Amino acid sequence: MSHKYPSFLPRDRSWQPEQYTPGYKTSVARSPSQALVSIQRASDSERSGPIFDGLEIGQYDNDLLMNFRTEGEQAGLPIGERIIMHGQVIDQFGKPVPNTLVEMWQANAGGKYRHKKDGYLAPLDPNFGGVGRCITDAEGRYRFRTVRPGPYPWPNGVNTWRPAHIHVSVMGPSISTRLITQLYFEGDPLIPLCPIVQVLKDPEAVETMIARLDMTMSKPMDCLAYRFDIVVRGALQTYFEE
Amino acid sequence: MYSQYKLQDDSGLLRETASQTAGPFVHIGLALEIAGFESRSDEIWQDLAKEGAKGEHIELVGHVYDGNGEAVHDALIEIWQADSSGNYVANFDNKQPFSGFGRSACALDGDFHFHTVKPGQVDFYGKPMAPHVNLAIFARGINLHLQTRAYFDDEPEANTECPILNSVPSAERRKTLIAKKEQSDGKPRYRFDIYLQGDNETVFFDF
Repeated sequence: MSHKYPSFLPRDRSWQPEQYTPGYKTSVARSPSQALVSIQRASDSERSGPIFDGLEIGQYDNDLLMNFRTEGEQAGLPIGERIIMHGQVIDQFGKPVPNTLVEMWQANAGGKYRHKKDGYLAPLDPNFGGVGRCITDAEGRYRFRTVRPGPYPWPNGVNTWRPAHIHVSVMGPSISTRLITQLYFEGDPLIPLCPIVQVLKDPEAVETMIARLDMTMSKPMDCLAYRFDIVVRGALQTYFEE
Repeated sequence: MYSQYKLQDDSGLLRETASQTAGPFVHIGLALEIAGFESRSDEIWQDLAKEGAKGEHIELVGHVYDGNGEAVHDALIEIWQADSSGNYVANFDNKQPFSGFGRSACALDGDFHFHTVKPGQVDFYGKPMAPHVNLAIFARGINLHLQTRAYFDDEPEANTECPILNSVPSAERRKTLIAKKEQSDGKPRYRFDIYLQGDNETVFFDF
């Protein structure tokens, strides 16, 4: 039996977060109580996935300093710490994942999202939307330009704050490699206090989500840079079985 | 060279980046229309099948419910499916009649809503799988997206033979994976409600 698509290393669900994590209250009613049913032999249904060659990516889709500029009196650049966020998407074997879709969204420099359901009192920035996307290059590299998001409070405990974070979504070569995570910033003291970070039991798993200050990619007199590499499940090169 | 924090497991393989919830504002990133944003030049959204797509055009709709029976109004749903001939069309392109991938959200009337074609049968090691759609559910409170499949209630014979449906140990639980045909004006519509927890809890897969 031949397959057009590779199979993937199994997802280590003891490394990934459990679903029921009562410290993060919303998970209590949104976590399945029954065990997952394992598809032991993945078919093309799980091994395949979308490729976004045909998606038209706009000139500023990966540049959040430019992609939500107002016209008129308030026109200008967003307020906040200018940063480059970049990295490489690789698989568990260290192999680059080229040509894959990386999407991100975030609050502005004050921790306010441009979303009608965000009621936080910090103001919106008229020149900041908070959405980006790009396709990785031949070496699996991606790059965004944005402002560093601010922390914000949320109703979990009496005084719970999210660390500064950027939501990051990556497809990889298959729906098996699909992953949504959050990028945190090196040295942020809110990281260990956060119930959403704490859904991970292994402190090393938290490390996979912490972007590092990267002076080599910063632009003098312009912006700093953070590096955030993303590891997706490894593709096994066994296209032919049995 | 790849990474300053290359973490390895016991066999030397890199660790998969940890998952986190998509959170309450996932729409501004992945479902701009729902967040009230202006769309960009091209978006990934809920119409997989355009006019001219081969096959039977259908609507796939559903609610997501939490363990208290409350509708989840901030979920993002992604689907991935074969075309009407059972082939996966990997290249996503809104200019083509059909793409196998789409996204929807439960924000408006509580339903997610896809316009697609009924998928054909796909091979499973020499046996056919019943027509099905893969769904991934992302939301606030879900730490790692949930993966499930929607089958069709007007394919009873294929469903009975499907090796993946039959891998679900309880016949009662298999029923949670069957979308129900509804009367609607025009296109056939199938309802696939997802119960995250409790009575009628939907079967979720690991693969």
